[in-house]
Amino acid sequence: MSLPEQAQQALDTFAQGKGWEQRARLLMQWGDRLEPLTAADKTEANRVHGCESLVWLVAEQVDGRWRFKASSDARLLRGLLALVLVRVQGLAVADLAALDLRDWFSQLGLERQLSPSRTNGLHAVVQRMAELASGR
Amino acid sequence: MLQPSPWRADFPAIAALQRQHQTYLDSAATAQKPQALLDALAHYYGNGAANVHRAQHLPGALATQAFETSRNKVAAWLNAEQASQIVFTHGATSALNLLAYGLAHRLEAGEEIAISALEHHANLLPWQQLAQRRNLRLVVLPVDASGHIDLEQALQLIGPRTRVLAVSQLSNVLGTWQPLSALLAHARAQGAITVVDGAQGVVHGQRDVQQLGCDFYVFSSHKLYGPDGVGVLYGRSQALPLLRHWQFGGEMVQVADYQSASFRPAPLGLEAGTPPIAGVIGLGATLGYLGSLDASAISAHEATLHQHLLRGLAERDGIRLVGAPDTALASFVVEGVHHADIAHLLTEQGIAVRAGHHCAMPLLNGLGLDGAIRVSLGMYNDGDDLQRFFSALDQALELLR
Repeated sequence: MSLPEQAQQALDTFAQGKGWEQRARLLMQWGDRLEPLTAADKTEANRVHGCESLVWLVAEQVDGRWRFKASSDARLLRGLLALVLVRVQGLAVADLAALDLRDWFSQLGLERQLSPSRTNGLHAVVQRMAELASGR
Repeated sequence: MLQPSPWRADFPAIAALQRQHQTYLDSAATAQKPQALLDALAHYYGNGAANVHRAQHLPGALATQAFETSRNKVAAWLNAEQASQIVFTHGATSALNLLAYGLAHRLEAGEEIAISALEHHANLLPWQQLAQRRNLRLVVLPVDASGHIDLEQALQLIGPRTRVLAVSQLSNVLGTWQPLSALLAHARAQGAITVVDGAQGVVHGQRDVQQLGCDFYVFSSHKLYGPDGVGVLYGRSQALPLLRHWQFGGEMVQVADYQSASFRPAPLGLEAGTPPIAGVIGLGATLGYLGSLDASAISAHEATLHQHLLRGLAERDGIRLVGAPDTALASFVVEGVHHADIAHLLTEQGIAVRAGHHCAMPLLNGLGLDGAIRVSLGMYNDGDDLQRFFSALDQALELLR
């Protein structure tokens, strides 16, 4: 399965092993590209708990494909969320279930952001994705 | 170097962390360990582990002797009258739960438990849940803007219905010493049982339980440079017998048949099951090490570092301290910058600090904050550690602003 175009772009950008400052700048740029959430999106049901910041994940299925929106009040987490969304946006339901987001972040050189000891929220978001994908 | 620590080399993990480019400024969460502790653990496990208080064989006698020697050392460390006033638990949290269960029989519906607004969850939730179980009122003593319990209001709120007062000695979020002498004297005059959570306070100098005048004092070994998995409960001689047994099993029993049993008094009666033997022996070794040092030199070193930390934070634009910390730590937020973003970039630069609610959600909420960054100091930290923190903070803020 080939990567979505934006995911390929993310991989090309992040996988070049840059220093932490460059990585942070890129995360902020990618975070700025997130489609903003409306007030109606920011419901308790869409809140992802287990994060040090406020995080929302809006998920719906349109014609058997996933459509996601996400945001946070923390900038770097918005960047990480953007990197999740470019990978999962528009995936068929079965494809999301088969996707290993951990592996995706490893490819991006950002696997440390996914450690369960990190409370930045990415871990919780990835867990929520897995729950959605398995229909729980 | 600015402000070197004469004790840094006694803590081998500090050099190991430095080789991994990590600057450890999270000692209020858990502290690094001295070589003396590592040696004691290696000696105990390397020379024959055995269970305590029950075996007649030589390894059992040696383990029991080492275990009870630690009890003596803890008693001396806290200036308790007798070693039998020291109960070992599995942590400060379990010591506080022991109290909340052990004292439950003394509380009637409608009576009150007073805690402060700045309590760590460990000294909030056991009492909150007890209050729910027994239909009691949990009274929350307010905290002023500097981060101290508001004495005037507290003395009004603690009255004849107050059966238990449970407060922190030193706040883990605000770094403020609490006005315990006035609070404890007033509570005792009202007939309340007094409990002091010394998890932070015991590390930074004030630890004379007789002078403090509390009924119970609790701390955890791992914040005091000792092993994790060990907590300490001190009880005044007249207060300890008030505690009902709460966990049941081996070692705490006197006589048992199938239908009934009788139990030992404290301390052993409150130490059900195999205690954390190696940990208790290790704590004894840590106290031996700490006791060999000049306590006033450690306090002076920590005070200088703390001043340095506060000055550095004050020099930077947009930084707001949470409360007015007296010692050991500082929590702060930065205007217009999310604490999670700062934490992220400090982590990227190998600075180990704590971000978030610090196990005190109601306190942070009350201050209108959803989190803060906490820098906390240990005796092994030095001026270079703070220098590295500040330069990392500057870099992070430059990127984020």
